[in-house]
Amino acid sequence: MSALLDVQALEAFYGRTKALHGVSFSMAEGGITTILGANGAGKTTTLRAISRMVKTTGRIRFEGQPLERRATEDVVQLGIAHAPEGRGTFVHLTVEENLRLGAWGRRERGGLKDDFDRVFGYFPVLRERRRQAAGTLSGGEQQMLAVARALMLRPRLLLLDEPSLGLAPLVVREIFRILKTINQTGVSILLVEQNAALALDLADHVFLLETGRVVMEGPSDVLRRDDAIRRAYLGY
Amino acid sequence: MDIFVQQVVSGLATGGIYASLALALVMIYQATDVVNFAQGELAMFATYICWSLINAGLPYWAAFLSTLGIAFVGGVVIERLVIRPVENAPILTIVMVTLGLLVICNSIAGWIWTYVQKPFPSPFPERPFKFDNIVFGAHDLGEIQVTLLVLLCIYLFFRFTPLGLAMRAAAHNPVSSRLVGIRVGCMLALGWGLAAVFGAVAGMMVAPVLTLEPNLMGGVQIYAFAAATLGGFTSPGGAVLGGFIVGVVENLVGTYVSFIGTELKFTVALAMIIVVLLVRPTGLFGTTVVKRV
Repeated sequence: MSALLDVQALEAFYGRTKALHGVSFSMAEGGITTILGANGAGKTTTLRAISRMVKTTGRIRFEGQPLERRATEDVVQLGIAHAPEGRGTFVHLTVEENLRLGAWGRRERGGLKDDFDRVFGYFPVLRERRRQAAGTLSGGEQQMLAVARALMLRPRLLLLDEPSLGLAPLVVREIFRILKTINQTGVSILLVEQNAALALDLADHVFLLETGRVVMEGPSDVLRRDDAIRRAYLGY
Repeated sequence: MDIFVQQVVSGLATGGIYASLALALVMIYQATDVVNFAQGELAMFATYICWSLINAGLPYWAAFLSTLGIAFVGGVVIERLVIRPVENAPILTIVMVTLGLLVICNSIAGWIWTYVQKPFPSPFPERPFKFDNIVFGAHDLGEIQVTLLVLLCIYLFFRFTPLGLAMRAAAHNPVSSRLVGIRVGCMLALGWGLAAVFGAVAGMMVAPVLTLEPNLMGGVQIYAFAAATLGGFTSPGGAVLGGFIVGVVENLVGTYVSFIGTELKFTVALAMIIVVLLVRPTGLFGTTVVKRV
């Protein structure tokens, strides 16, 4: 099992403030990995480091290729799709235009229609709203759009930042169900999530981040039974 | 009544010029939050290039199209060489850079072509058109057609092509654009290129009326500012409409309000800017942009 993504001694900086203090982890191809942690632990920063949106030192390899010197737009071209915190929707543009933009960074230009059919199959509501400005969608629909837009890249790896944030439990359950389906089509997922119970259900591997360091890792069914995790993140 | 219709049509003609330049201003403003004070001077410079090409023996439309090409490349190069290095500087720095660009363009044009006014040819027939008793200048009508054609092309480009979509995305949301793989820097450079093209169209259309000299666009740029302010600096369509409104109002006020005449017409544009800023600062079609700082 070779690593799809391998991160070693990653440090990240916002100006002079250090946000990550040597994060190391690697994830296997085909799985769902989740990063758990409290506010400010560095979860979002880890994703931003992979997408080259923040200054870092250390090593990041994707399929053996170094990412450190690439620009954000070049990372995308390797097949890493990032649905960022706050969803990154182009609110002025229509749903369809948002999805078209999602396919901008990929190498093969053809087959756009198949991709539309596929994401509309996952999220039928987006088909109904395709001519609507994305800013007029509900929060749940915008999150679906963010995932759908990321899928338009035909990614190898999907980076998801808090897909459950601010959404009704029913909507969240629906989105997580679809994430599972997407993963089964061969897309690896790296998920950052505050809702630990949900994340542990979905993921097969877990990293626990505390103040910019990985403090614990393992398969999710093992960590779910860990007392410390249960008390701190699951609340029972 | 005849005079009224005539004045409205000729107002639409000059309004089209303001609209083109206002559109150029708005495009750059939307993408970079900067008002390009040099927009008019770049247009003037392009018009001189067209004049030189015609003098070198090129037919009018060949010179016109070549100038558009040169203006595009010039716009891209200026963005790369002059604006790119100060991209992340405070707004005021970038404004100063565009003001510097204004002065430089103006002086270089004066140095190369002197400050003597030069006649600039119109591609349209000399003879005016007559409908009943109403007389329309052929250049006015041609000008309106050219402007509308350019606006139509640019609308189709932004609305229906992938590149146009990517440019809109890059202007509205650079961070998300990078995340889908758009090279935002390239899009900004393309935007400067296109803006320079609109400016060049405006310059070449207004030069036969005003005659060519290095200060050709000074007044036009003020009207374009008025147009963009009126329509809204955040709305390309609004800026275009604003251009036509300013053109018509300027002409009608000059005709019917006796004490204004031609000398005080300029004041009308400035008064419009102030009134709009007082009453509706976002312009007719602009939206308030909320930014997290």
